[in-house]
Amino acid sequence: MKVHLSNYAYLRNFSVFLNGFDPSDPTKLEITTNDNWIAVHPAILTVVAALGLNLPSENITFDEITARSGYYLDRMGLFDILHKPSPFTIAYHEAAWRFIPLTQIKTQEEQSKFISEMVPLLHLDPKKADAIKYTVGELVRNVLEHANAPNGAIVAAQYSQKSNVIRLGICDTGMGIKSSLAHTWRGRAQDDLSAIKWALVPGVSGTTMREGGTAENAGAGLFFVKSISMLTRDYFVVYSGSGVYRLLKRRSDVQSVRLRADPDEDKHAETDSAPFFPGTLVAIDISVDKIEEFASLLEAIRMAYSSAVQARRKARYKRPRFI
Amino acid sequence: MKTIIILKRAGSFAENKDVARDIRLAQLAPALAKGEEVTLDFNGVTGATQSFIHALISELIREYGDDVFDRLYFKDCSQTVQQIINIVADYMEER
Repeated sequence: MKVHLSNYAYLRNFSVFLNGFDPSDPTKLEITTNDNWIAVHPAILTVVAALGLNLPSENITFDEITARSGYYLDRMGLFDILHKPSPFTIAYHEAAWRFIPLTQIKTQEEQSKFISEMVPLLHLDPKKADAIKYTVGELVRNVLEHANAPNGAIVAAQYSQKSNVIRLGICDTGMGIKSSLAHTWRGRAQDDLSAIKWALVPGVSGTTMREGGTAENAGAGLFFVKSISMLTRDYFVVYSGSGVYRLLKRRSDVQSVRLRADPDEDKHAETDSAPFFPGTLVAIDISVDKIEEFASLLEAIRMAYSSAVQARRKARYKRPRFI
Repeated sequence: MKTIIILKRAGSFAENKDVARDIRLAQLAPALAKGEEVTLDFNGVTGATQSFIHALISELIREYGDDVFDRLYFKDCSQTVQQIINIVADYMEER
């Protein structure tokens, strides 16, 4: 496998990362970097870490890192998590950046500890922290419960003071969304992209076809997180297998955002021919100044969810037949 | 009236659905089955995930319908927690 860490790879231009990702030969991982500058979304680092954790460290190689910003990889903990020696020995400090380094979470207890410690690390206003805690709580739990990933979830985040955005990535190398849904929703999960989009529909769980879910699963987690992204008008990406669904940024000068149950109705980009990623990545940007009171976001989500359930119930009714 | 303090079990941000399930199975469901009234006290809990609240109450709504809310009370909920509880109640009642 080959991964290139470029000088500008974020969710708005996610294809830059995809173009530099070659998943062939899963027995080794070659990481190359831009000669002058490295600037990548933390979600991309979670992919690199997740792929590398499946390999012995001697099968992972870095090229000579010459970029001045290469120490970013060190600060994000990439060398540590891959058990590789870091070429950086000087402790740099960039005050404008707050971050959560790459963290492996394999149990619910580790998840709870991570969530309680992440807010101070990001220096977030506690009033705006609930949306972030919520996102991490739902997505990491999804991995622990549904991904069948021996290495658990890999999480990393950054807060940029300059743009006032939190960038978050949660990745696993488990069974992928298509396999996770195949047991209960085979007809809806015939390819990776269809499976991703079906998983984004409220009330769709890999554990049951029953409306309302099981006692422990409702199939609402991904819809909620996508809705938080919709309401804060920033990017949201799901990458699993060869499928990528990327919610595009919404205009900030338009007052209201309509939440829709069908992800096809949202302004998005998609492909089912991305380099095959053996697992699932969920990446999200959250503009902090657009996080209203979290309760207000939830009110909008409540209305959308309720409409979706009503519409689905209505669709099950028998209709008069006019003969 | 039985009172269950959520903060003690789930912390200030309630996201551990294993804890929610344990509360439901060990305390909540048996009390309701005996005809008792139960208060879930969310004092000090600033937020919760939908997964947590779903694991806590959805099965009870499925079993008793909306009559469960004649005997199940939610105390000192933040606005966030109230919204999540309403969402779960909505979709369980509308299913």
